[in-house]
Amino acid sequence: MHIMEGYLPVEWAIVWYIISAIVVGYGIMNLNKVLKNNPEAKPLLAISAAFMFVLSSLKLPSVSGSCSHPTGNGLGVILFGPAITSVLATIVLLFQALVLAHGGLSTLGANIFSMGIMGPFVGYLVFKALRGKLNITWVVVLTAIFADWATYLTTSVQLALAFPNPSFMSSFTDFGTIFAITQIPLAIAEGLITGLLWDYLSKLRPELFEKVMNIKKGGNNE
Amino acid sequence: MSNKHLFMILALIAIIVAPLIMFNGLGEDEGFFGGADGAAEEHITVINPEYEPWFSSFWEPPSGEIESLLFALQAALGAIIIGYYIGYFKGLKKTEKSENE
Repeated sequence: MHIMEGYLPVEWAIVWYIISAIVVGYGIMNLNKVLKNNPEAKPLLAISAAFMFVLSSLKLPSVSGSCSHPTGNGLGVILFGPAITSVLATIVLLFQALVLAHGGLSTLGANIFSMGIMGPFVGYLVFKALRGKLNITWVVVLTAIFADWATYLTTSVQLALAFPNPSFMSSFTDFGTIFAITQIPLAIAEGLITGLLWDYLSKLRPELFEKVMNIKKGGNNE
Repeated sequence: MSNKHLFMILALIAIIVAPLIMFNGLGEDEGFFGGADGAAEEHITVINPEYEPWFSSFWEPPSGEIESLLFALQAALGAIIIGYYIGYFKGLKKTEKSENE
């Protein structure tokens, strides 16, 4: 989902920077609130960020014959909601842009928007809609799957908006095809990994999870 | 480990290993196992040949070897943090259990 450095026209780079800055700013405010009121949430915050670090470094082979990487944003969004997840994604994307030349500074706003905002937001909607209706493991799995797909779909929209050649729709179909076929099985893999980690963590610290889930319900209004 | 988790792990392995079996013997030279990010980048130059990237990275890993070093470092950092806290949670649970006895 990384749009490479310089591959987004200046005006679009600015648009995505502005939108992402607003959400990330709001996320930082939320993050400070959670850290102040619930310092015991720190380990889970660290794990959520670390999970994104690990998953986004794994370039997995897909049935399409190409490789791509998961995003790992499902865990963060379940525990802390989309706004805080956008802050975590910013850290990961900044690391990859500076150290690995993967993605870039000019495209950082756009990449934060797809991996840190739209993906988590769609995941959050899926989580809210399914919570309580299915076994929690499968709710987590589906949340992570949709957060991953939404990320790549958003990247396709961003590229099609910037390069609507010959038309937005044809361009969107092209970019969508490049990402989608690769990503469909990989998102399922990501969902399964997220579900396994969730089950293990909630077995170890059930009361902590309950608490964190409640903070999100009562404290934030995103 | 419950049956559910066993099923999840087996499905996970199947998803990752299947492409390696399907395209066994094919490699980068035949156009396989390249990155989707790179493919999207190439497609930009196909539909918009006159587009020139207007900004380039301050620093790039000097070779594929160094790049995989840094990717491994990224994964290792994440894995250390996850492992550290899982160990911490486990220790906490153990102490709580022995205190209750």
